[in-house]
Amino acid sequence: MRNLKFLATAIFATIIFVSCSNDDDTPEPVNEEEVITTLTVTLAPNGGGTPITLQTRDLDGDGPNAPVVTVSGDLATGVVYNGTIVLLNETETPPEVITEEVEAEAEEHQFFYTTGGGLDVTTAYSNFDTNGNPLGTEFTLTAGAASSGTLTFTLRHEPTKPNTGLGDAGGETDIAAVFNVTVQ
Amino acid sequence: MRKYALLILLFSSITSFSQNCDNTLTGTVTDLHDGTILNGATLIVAGTEQAVQTDHDGKYILSNLCDGTYSIQVSHPFCLTQGFTVKISGNTTKSFKLEHHLEELNTITLEGKAYSNKSKTILENTIDKESLERFSSGSLGDALNSLSGVSSLNTGSTVIKPLINGLHSSRVVIINNGVRMEDQEWGAEHAPNVDVNSIGNLTLIKGAGALQYSGDAVGGVIVAESSKIPVKDSLYGKTLFTATSNGRGTSVTSKLTKSYQSGWYASLQGTLKRFGDFEASDYVLSNTGISERNASFQIGLNRFNYGFEAYYSLYKNEIGILRASHLGGAEDQIRAINSEVPLIINDFTYNIIAPKQDVTHNLARIKGFKKFDSFGKLSLQYDFQRNNRLEFDIRRGTDKDDASLDLQLDTHTLLLDLDAHLTDAINLKMGIVGSYQNNFANPSTGVRRLIPDYDKYDLGLYAIADYEFNDRLTIESGGRFDYTFMDVFKFYRTSFWESRNYDELFPEIVVEELSNQILTNPQLNFYNGSGTLGATYSFSENYKLFFNYSIASRAPNPSELFSEGLHHSASRIELGDLSFNSEVGHKIALTFRRDNDIFSYSINPYINSISNFIVIEPTEIQQTIRGNFQVWEYRQTNAQLLGVDLDAAYNFAKNFLFNHQFSLVKGYDTSKDEPLINMPPVNTKNELVYQNQEFNNIRLSLQSEYNFRQNEYPDTNFVVFIPETETMEVVDVSTPPDAYHLLNFNSSIDFKANNTAKLTVGFGVTNLLNTSYRNYLNRLRYYADDLGRNFLLNLKINY
Repeated sequence: MRNLKFLATAIFATIIFVSCSNDDDTPEPVNEEEVITTLTVTLAPNGGGTPITLQTRDLDGDGPNAPVVTVSGDLATGVVYNGTIVLLNETETPPEVITEEVEAEAEEHQFFYTTGGGLDVTTAYSNFDTNGNPLGTEFTLTAGAASSGTLTFTLRHEPTKPNTGLGDAGGETDIAAVFNVTVQ
Repeated sequence: MRKYALLILLFSSITSFSQNCDNTLTGTVTDLHDGTILNGATLIVAGTEQAVQTDHDGKYILSNLCDGTYSIQVSHPFCLTQGFTVKISGNTTKSFKLEHHLEELNTITLEGKAYSNKSKTILENTIDKESLERFSSGSLGDALNSLSGVSSLNTGSTVIKPLINGLHSSRVVIINNGVRMEDQEWGAEHAPNVDVNSIGNLTLIKGAGALQYSGDAVGGVIVAESSKIPVKDSLYGKTLFTATSNGRGTSVTSKLTKSYQSGWYASLQGTLKRFGDFEASDYVLSNTGISERNASFQIGLNRFNYGFEAYYSLYKNEIGILRASHLGGAEDQIRAINSEVPLIINDFTYNIIAPKQDVTHNLARIKGFKKFDSFGKLSLQYDFQRNNRLEFDIRRGTDKDDASLDLQLDTHTLLLDLDAHLTDAINLKMGIVGSYQNNFANPSTGVRRLIPDYDKYDLGLYAIADYEFNDRLTIESGGRFDYTFMDVFKFYRTSFWESRNYDELFPEIVVEELSNQILTNPQLNFYNGSGTLGATYSFSENYKLFFNYSIASRAPNPSELFSEGLHHSASRIELGDLSFNSEVGHKIALTFRRDNDIFSYSINPYINSISNFIVIEPTEIQQTIRGNFQVWEYRQTNAQLLGVDLDAAYNFAKNFLFNHQFSLVKGYDTSKDEPLINMPPVNTKNELVYQNQEFNNIRLSLQSEYNFRQNEYPDTNFVVFIPETETMEVVDVSTPPDAYHLLNFNSSIDFKANNTAKLTVGFGVTNLLNTSYRNYLNRLRYYADDLGRNFLLNLKINY
């Protein structure tokens, strides 16, 4: 019986010892490095004038808040716009420019532009990867007749290149941003 | 006790008459547990004093017996002597099974027998060494799958998670060599980190009745034990080599054991597995290769009154996850589901790239026992486990080769058990267990922690008593109490913290507010009670009835409490709930069994009623910049699982055996009145075996496996808008695939290499007809077919 007592004491002593050896350091926070919080499309009219910006911003990433989508104005009929896309990770200070990473890995990325709901605009790629396949962080957009509808920007990671569009591009969707746009 | 039994045997043998007295009785003597042939066993016929010994094949012949009933005493140097009653009518065949005597044991089991019963009142299913060897190139989950009532939740073909009577993950406790596995078992895509080749005997307990191991096994307990080592001077080993056509890989495992008459022993075991991409019937399953390296070492002393053992094992596994299963949002999911073939099919390769898992599990254990004449056997065990899990996703830029998940789970456990034979009829097992666990999530991954840093303390106390009321009836009863304390440091997203109202519910746990995250320190206490009550009744020599009621309480696991964010491998957002309390299961299991050499069967109906059952289910669609994701939230509800498992074996002709298995389980969420997700569909296995011990122990088997379609499932489909087509599309994530039928062939033959070595050659084919099918319980069923035909070649040398 004395053995039993000894063992019981030993167990509790060990548990207490282990419990107390725990240090109270709080863990360091993790800032997500790859998350894209903000996509900004700047459409600068070819002949000069006020650029139009389309922005979607989701500061909590996968969190419960939906992205905030803003469109600064309407497009003008017949005008050709030079488009540039900037991606930011604003969970970090200062914000990290993800566009640089995407452009550095141009072969593994491609933007796609999709119009919907009767919007009359046409798009064309302005920048390409080293194999001559489209990348699309720069593009031109030509506004057609007065209309309104959706303009969607899709960024695919590791798509099949070359491709004929979203249908056969495959890959993984990194961004799918939909904007309601009007041409007047 | 033994003398008494012999006396009874002597008296009962007087009933033999002298009439037709030139009958022979033939058969074999084998080990009850693993079927090992026992040579040199002595059989004595009570009354005639005729004695014979079994030959090297374990066979014996007793001649000049009359019609009537005889009592035969069977003894073996390493076994408990037993008496059997045999009815002789003409030339009769009867095989005897002996239980190993405790002197023979190496493993210091608290029960005192080799592979003792884990519960007296729940029918245990066991897989012996020979059957396990057929799964040498597979996994623990594959081996368990061969039992009725067990299916598996798979992620592809290499992550096989056992499902017992419809329950999995934290509800299934795995005991590996006396140590409760702490290998992050909470995740549906985390397979048990146990090398199937290190196991000598595998026992499944479908229920929580085995309280000495845990009180929270709502689903069941799996007990893996290493092979026994005899107390004699010996050096022996085994090497098993398997090559397979599917995966174009090989697996080699070897074990060497040295034992001494003095009780000292040592054993060394290792396994190497390497497979490339597996193939479905029509295409390569790209990035599904596996590389596994395991080793274990044990050393110990086994004396009658005392002993100790030290054991260490290392398990290292790198598993590729089907490349086509890594997706963005709902849009990608629709493309993947609607495509007939995986979206990414590359040429066969042995390379494993992201997405992949890289898991290392270290297990060290030291155990000692001492027997006291006055009150029984006392055992003390300390074990340490370190589980390091790395998961790699498809990443961008400088993070490309970094893991997105890097968790280290350390567990220390101290166990004190007492096994006391209070009287000849009453056994008492009691014990106390304390454990400390620490989880460290490496922040350098650059991805928010999936499982937060935490410290966890457990203290458990149990007592189980069984009472042999008489020869026919045994009663068992037990209780267990577990206290769990969790001290957690968790970063919440501020938006989530507020949307859940945690800022009002738990303001006291906030440690620090950062720009978009809140550091909290939840401290959680769980007090869990569990119990078991059961009886076993033998109607006659052949018929036995098991009844067991058990109550199990399980504290919510870290994943259920703290999940909060995108789960890449499931392409969904998963949310836990900080306010969960323990889940409590009540299970009633009944088993009726007939044990007979010609025809035996068991019927095992059960009902498992679980309150506060934690389920994860879709609640809404969340918009993110990456597109739409389905949100799955953990929720507590009441659930009921009903089912029946059937097993039958029919020796319909000499050397021919027919095996049948049938499992059915129905699971319902009784609060919502709808079926539970991921319930195994009805399945049946039928097998024809030809085995001839006289002809090199040749064994041929053809197995048919039929899986019905699961017709009861919750509808978790959702609708999303697709900009390209400007349509609303249904994402069908709930419809189960069709029923399927597989044929498997297996064969083996023994050759004597020399006096001490034996060579066994095996050949098998799984999915003989190269059927293309998808399995409801495979998490990757949306993206690809299951495995196609596979040819296996096995070579085993015992020396």
